[in-house]
Amino acid sequence: MGEQLKSLLSLRGLTRRFGGLTAVDAIDLDLAKGELISIIGPNGAGKTTLFNLVTGLDRPDAGTVSFEGQDVTGLSPERLAAEGIARTFQLGRVFGNLSVMDNVLIGAHTRLRAVKPAVPVIGPLLELGLALLRPSSVKAEEEKLREEMKAILARFGERLLPRIDQPAYSLSYANRRRVEIARALALKPRLLLLDEPTAGMNPTETAEMQGLVAELKAEGLTILLIEHKLEMVMRLSDRVVVMDEGKKIAEGPGEEVRGDPKVIEAYLGHGLATEQESAA
Amino acid sequence: MSSWLDYTINGLIVGNVYALVAVGLALIFGVSRLINFAQGSIYLVGAYIGWVAVVQLHTPLPLTIIVVAVAAAIVGLIIERFGLRPLQNSVRIAPLLATIGISFVLDQLVMLTFSPNPRALPSQLPDVRFQVGGGTIGPLDLLIAGVGLTSALLLFVFLRYSKLGWAVRATAQDRDAAMQMGVDVNRVNQAVFGIAAALGGVSGMLVGMYYNQIDTAMSLQATLKGVVAEVVGGAGNVPGAVIGSLLLGLVESYGVAVFGTSYRNLFAFLLLVVVLVLRPNGLFASARQAPPEPLTGTFIAPSRPVRIPRWALAVAAGGFAVLPLFPVSFYVLQTLINAWLLGMLALSLTLVAGTIGQVSLGHAALLAIGAYSSALLSLTFSVPVGLAIIGGGLMSAALGTALISPSFRLRGHYVSIATLAIGEIVSLVILNWESVTRGPIGISGIPPLSLFGYDLISPTSIYWFSFAVMVVLALLQGRLLTSHLGRSFRAIRDDDIAARAYGLSLNRYKSLAFIFGGFAAGISGGIAAHLYSYINHETFNTQQSILALTVVILGGLGNVVGAIVGSVALVGLPELFRIAAEYRILIYGIVLLLLVRFRPQGLLGTI
Repeated sequence: MGEQLKSLLSLRGLTRRFGGLTAVDAIDLDLAKGELISIIGPNGAGKTTLFNLVTGLDRPDAGTVSFEGQDVTGLSPERLAAEGIARTFQLGRVFGNLSVMDNVLIGAHTRLRAVKPAVPVIGPLLELGLALLRPSSVKAEEEKLREEMKAILARFGERLLPRIDQPAYSLSYANRRRVEIARALALKPRLLLLDEPTAGMNPTETAEMQGLVAELKAEGLTILLIEHKLEMVMRLSDRVVVMDEGKKIAEGPGEEVRGDPKVIEAYLGHGLATEQESAA
Repeated sequence: MSSWLDYTINGLIVGNVYALVAVGLALIFGVSRLINFAQGSIYLVGAYIGWVAVVQLHTPLPLTIIVVAVAAAIVGLIIERFGLRPLQNSVRIAPLLATIGISFVLDQLVMLTFSPNPRALPSQLPDVRFQVGGGTIGPLDLLIAGVGLTSALLLFVFLRYSKLGWAVRATAQDRDAAMQMGVDVNRVNQAVFGIAAALGGVSGMLVGMYYNQIDTAMSLQATLKGVVAEVVGGAGNVPGAVIGSLLLGLVESYGVAVFGTSYRNLFAFLLLVVVLVLRPNGLFASARQAPPEPLTGTFIAPSRPVRIPRWALAVAAGGFAVLPLFPVSFYVLQTLINAWLLGMLALSLTLVAGTIGQVSLGHAALLAIGAYSSALLSLTFSVPVGLAIIGGGLMSAALGTALISPSFRLRGHYVSIATLAIGEIVSLVILNWESVTRGPIGISGIPPLSLFGYDLISPTSIYWFSFAVMVVLALLQGRLLTSHLGRSFRAIRDDDIAARAYGLSLNRYKSLAFIFGGFAAGISGGIAAHLYSYINHETFNTQQSILALTVVILGGLGNVVGAIVGSVALVGLPELFRIAAEYRILIYGIVLLLLVRFRPQGLLGTI
């Protein structure tokens, strides 16, 4: 029980099937506050599906997700965002026609208070009225957030700040990934899920991103990371979880996992094993 | 009890006709993920080609069927080649708008060629009825059943045993993989459009013979029925489309048996809305499918909006405001009043379709709700006209949002289908709810516009009133767009999954967009009611919805100034060039097609 209380996120027997395929198969996982766990595994191992289950974009067939000791299984993504879970997407999902600033401001949406009074039933109508009338409290909140967003964008050096008013579709691929991370940070997340943040980046850009993730970790942010670049995984992770065909096949400190024969088989032996079978 | 058998036979026969349309829609959806809104127009074309063949050329029935099938297939091939193929790599909204435009162009061409008056289409078959059990069946019933079964069999053989049929199925399963394996996707599209059009054309001819009447209103009805059947069966599912069609035929037939003929369509559309809400993937889809691939492309064309300086807008507004002080003709003022009324509707639609990405095809229903509410408030409850119009706006906001809310979870094409159906439902309810709406008679003697006790009767005062209302609505909408709601709406349009992951509730924000948009449209409808002094269930029709959509695309999706510029252009230019009324819809359709193809971001750009 003591273990349970300490962990920010815990998954128990989490399972998701698509037809005959079990994409996520009885996964148990505990993530303590301030910890960074990397999930690695071959393509199709079920890593992104696991992210979808944790963030509410998909519902599990079995098992539970608890966040801060509360059962949040099957809650909607908008509820989970309000709880402080932010994520980035594997293929990048910035809002193409929105400016960089607006993209990041959407990240801070769950933090709007003045313009979104927590009144039942007529709350949405008040929100519409306040958006049109814009009393000073609403203006002040918006101004404050805009300043804060600039500070978040400044974490990416000169990559995003000069492009703050440009639409996201006009950005380079790497910059779009950065906008996504900035958007996630704008939520002030208690748990951050990064789905291959360095996909498609060159070594310099990857090193920059690795530096940023290390900074975030040093600031105490709890992070779940999907990443293929093993060097980055080894440097950053407190623990590494290896998935293959939906199952967790290894878990532990990076160096330990790296030498695990099951892991090596998952990455290399698979093809060999099936080849031998078909030959026989 | 024997009549029940009759209703069952009738339901199955009508279902068989729907199946011919729905199967074509399903094939097209299968290979190109597109709901072909022009399918009903091909059905219409088929009916009229059948009429030419039977009445003018006196062809025997088998030859008539072949002529219709071949001619319709050619129309289908032309649509595919010139209407849709150029849009293959464009944004997802483009082919949707293109098929809408094509459907209007085809319908208008038929109407201009054959006049809108109904014509008789004799079936050439002997008029006898056979006793079957307790019911009766005629040779035409057997022909329809025969054509249905034969087409199903031919289609099955084609898909299962021919090489092109394999290619069609492969493309439907995975377009990219099929392309990489050397499947010529263009040929597959051609084949599918040809087959779908042939089936649709024959179906139109058979229906014409069944009721011995054809008219140009058939097109929209056929599209709607075919889409209902296809969606009920599961989009892209060919056998599902057949079963969905038979089910729709039976539901309608039994509905008519119990409630009467005027309720036929109401049942069809209610079935659609129920299925869309409860099982959006159709009755036969497995409940837990893999979630759809993340859509990374944007729905609308990315663009940088043209920035117009504030002073220029102020000068333009001032110019239009003082216009009546100059010696301008009554005709010019009248035209501009129409433009301002359309402008309010376009403001509403540009918010709903452009800013939050819900391409509504039933927007005229909001006008109707506003108009009826305002008219009835002032007539029955003697509410002052100014307040009644505001009441109409509020009613339209509330009722419109409530009606559309079940489809908030739908995306892209499905939203358009749902709004089209809801628009039809509103018009049918107005027609049938006689105790409140006075049914087909309509409402006459609506008091003229007045404000604070002063009647606005002169064209100048009406001009100023409608212009002022539109400017106020536009300023409010502009303010909305610069608030956090503006960016939230646009985020939902660009990527609803990412938006939800950042805490934006789709229900909440789509509701707010429809509330604001519904208000503007309701005000426009309310003013129109007091201006016309007479309204009925046909005053606000699909043509107005399409006109508003063309205006919105012309101005730039989501663009407030664009909506007004577009309204002035589409109302004013036909007047300026004295284009006869019957050609206008055709021109709107062509403008829509050209825009989608060459300037999808519109004149002033998407916001």
